[in-house]
Amino acid sequence: MRAWIEKQRYIIDFTISSLLRRKVKNFGLLALYTLIVFILASTMFFTYSIKKEASLILKGAPEIVVQKIVAGRHDLFPLSYIETIKSIRGVAAVESRLWGYYYDSLVSANYTLLTPPGQAEAAGTVAVVDSGASFRPCRSSQPCKSPAKTTAVESESGAPHAADLSKPLFEFNGIALEPGTLIIGNGIARLRNIGKGDYMPFLTFDGKVVNFKIAGTLSSQSELVSADLMLITGADFRKLFGIDNSVVTDLTVAVNNPSEVAMVASKIKKRLPQARPIIRDEILRTYDSIFNWRGGMMIVIFSAAVLAFVIFAWDKASGLSAGERREIGILKAVGWETSDVIQMKFWEGAMISLTAFFSGVILAYIHVFFTGSIVFEPALKGWSSLYPHFELTPFINLEQLTTLFFLTVVPYTVATIVPIWRAATIDPDSAMRFTGE
Amino acid sequence: MRNSSLFFLYLSTGVFLLGLLLLHAAFSEKARQENLGEKAAMVKALRLTDLCLFTEARYTRHLSQADLNTAFQDHPLSLEHFPSGSFTQPPKELPNAHESLD
Amino acid sequence: MIELVNVKKVFNAGNPSEFSALNSVSLYIEGNQVTVLKGPSGSGKTTLLSIVGCMSRPSAGRVKLNGREITSLPERFLTDIRRKTFGFIFQQPNLIKGISVLDNVMLPAYPLGEKRSHLKMKAMKGLSELNIADKSASKVEWLSGGEAQRASIVRALINDPHIIIADEPTAHLDTKLSYRFMEIIEKFKSEGKTVIITSHDPLVYESAIVDSVVKLRDGQIEASST
Repeated sequence: MRAWIEKQRYIIDFTISSLLRRKVKNFGLLALYTLIVFILASTMFFTYSIKKEASLILKGAPEIVVQKIVAGRHDLFPLSYIETIKSIRGVAAVESRLWGYYYDSLVSANYTLLTPPGQAEAAGTVAVVDSGASFRPCRSSQPCKSPAKTTAVESESGAPHAADLSKPLFEFNGIALEPGTLIIGNGIARLRNIGKGDYMPFLTFDGKVVNFKIAGTLSSQSELVSADLMLITGADFRKLFGIDNSVVTDLTVAVNNPSEVAMVASKIKKRLPQARPIIRDEILRTYDSIFNWRGGMMIVIFSAAVLAFVIFAWDKASGLSAGERREIGILKAVGWETSDVIQMKFWEGAMISLTAFFSGVILAYIHVFFTGSIVFEPALKGWSSLYPHFELTPFINLEQLTTLFFLTVVPYTVATIVPIWRAATIDPDSAMRFTGE
Repeated sequence: MRNSSLFFLYLSTGVFLLGLLLLHAAFSEKARQENLGEKAAMVKALRLTDLCLFTEARYTRHLSQADLNTAFQDHPLSLEHFPSGSFTQPPKELPNAHESLD
Repeated sequence: MIELVNVKKVFNAGNPSEFSALNSVSLYIEGNQVTVLKGPSGSGKTTLLSIVGCMSRPSAGRVKLNGREITSLPERFLTDIRRKTFGFIFQQPNLIKGISVLDNVMLPAYPLGEKRSHLKMKAMKGLSELNIADKSASKVEWLSGGEAQRASIVRALINDPHIIIADEPTAHLDTKLSYRFMEIIEKFKSEGKTVIITSHDPLVYESAIVDSVVKLRDGQIEASST
């Protein structure tokens, strides 16, 4: 056994000396190979982590979102439809949402303006749901407090001054959202270099300029969901975009029994033919199929990697140079068997692929989880000006990693051995003649 | 040092480092529960439906809310022109506007 | 020691370019003696040498080593015997470029998996006996012709073979170095080894050290004289 280990060590020694003889070529090969593994592994880590994180974060998304579709486009949702939906059996609560996009030409960025829950209704109506109460608590061990708080105030429709008094006060993480103020996402704060206390001008639907004061920013930790958000009061939203009090953007529906969600959604569709219900499962599945390798840029990356790899393997497998043949001849002439020569070639292939694998994967891990996928950023950012800073939680799929290992090491090693077969079996006499030239 | 010893040293360092990183991943999962919890809480509190990944266009920003037609709102023949569109696919229920609810 | 019975060797059998290198050669080589195979080029010396040294198999006939028939042994056993019994010195030093002299010298012993410190000691001893120990760490490209030849001799000896085989060893050496080479051969003989040399250099086959000369012509033995 010891002799066998020692023999392998000798063979590895010799193989390394052999490889070092053509330093430039072999280091180039190794570098390229490592690069391929790096890109594949980075892609693997990134996409799996984002998917996993999306599936965890979006678990609390609304159970059903109902949109109104007119001529194939989203239309504003009439508040009067709420009654129809509320009357469906199984519906626990219905809430309206006011949200939309604002394009800031100064920095060419799109912001998502969002009215916090309970604010969407015009002054004078009552919020049906006490924000934060009807949904399940957070994952941490202590019962989680909802960061949002709305104090709903009952009122009767009537005198205008009473309407002002009844507007609910919205608080997020201790920052109060008052009329004329915004709570902005950290991405916007970074992009426009503004913070609490600053003013930001907006262009309303009728060409007027309105200034909003920044009441505070959302945390940088939450940028993955909030980088481009702007929390605004319902009244301000309607003033900005010219939206009538009788409509909202869409509705969210909470259902009594989670297993009845699909049934409730189909009932909504039946009663309101123009409605398009989206259930939470669909939301989660959208993110499950994101970055799927079959789509777009991913398949380009994947194909390029595979192609580059095939070229390497082809180069190796397509035969030996005269120098290599001569060397094998000498080895056989001094007493190496065919199997010894093959073992040497095996180690040559295995060493390069193992080195490439470990270097590539380790670098990929550091790249994705410590530097925030810096290499991919330009591709991911695309044409957007606003891109969130986020640190991905490392979720690793061991299965994928193992597959990558076998794909990296096995084919290349085999490709290195294949052309040797013929050369290694020449008898030493021919080798001697060869070398006797 | 012998060449083969160098190689084995490198290999074992590689295995060790990889092991360390995998451990880091396992620990991070725990440590980041709070961060994940914060984001999940925000999603619930504000009734959010999407991650803020691609802010280029409406339908890339809110992937789950967009339907087949939103991409074509600009023009009937509007081919996908945003880079992030190549990362995201239309949902599997392609022929329908939403999944089968019956 | 080594017996050849009716050995024939044909190359490219069945093709138009078929040619017979050895034609029914029968030979007995004594142990602990220096035997020279002499003849013009094309006489089949190298072919005969490679068959004797288990480097190739005859097309017909039998080869016996110490009474044991080795003609039809599988490659693995043949290689084993070759490794342990024969040390080959080629016409060209045939050292592997880009690695050190020491590594080259230890090369034949690698498959045997001997302990490295032990092997290194043997190698250094062999190198110092031939006065090239100081070149052990240099790459082979830096050696002179004579030094390279000596390095290849040390390599041939690394596994302590009984039988030394040399193919035209003085072909690329000057007179002084050729005499030096013959001195080394004499030393082998005194150590009890058997030496078989092919040469058409008179300096070799007329040397006093040589015990027997086998003349070859056109693949057949003409005469042998002791």
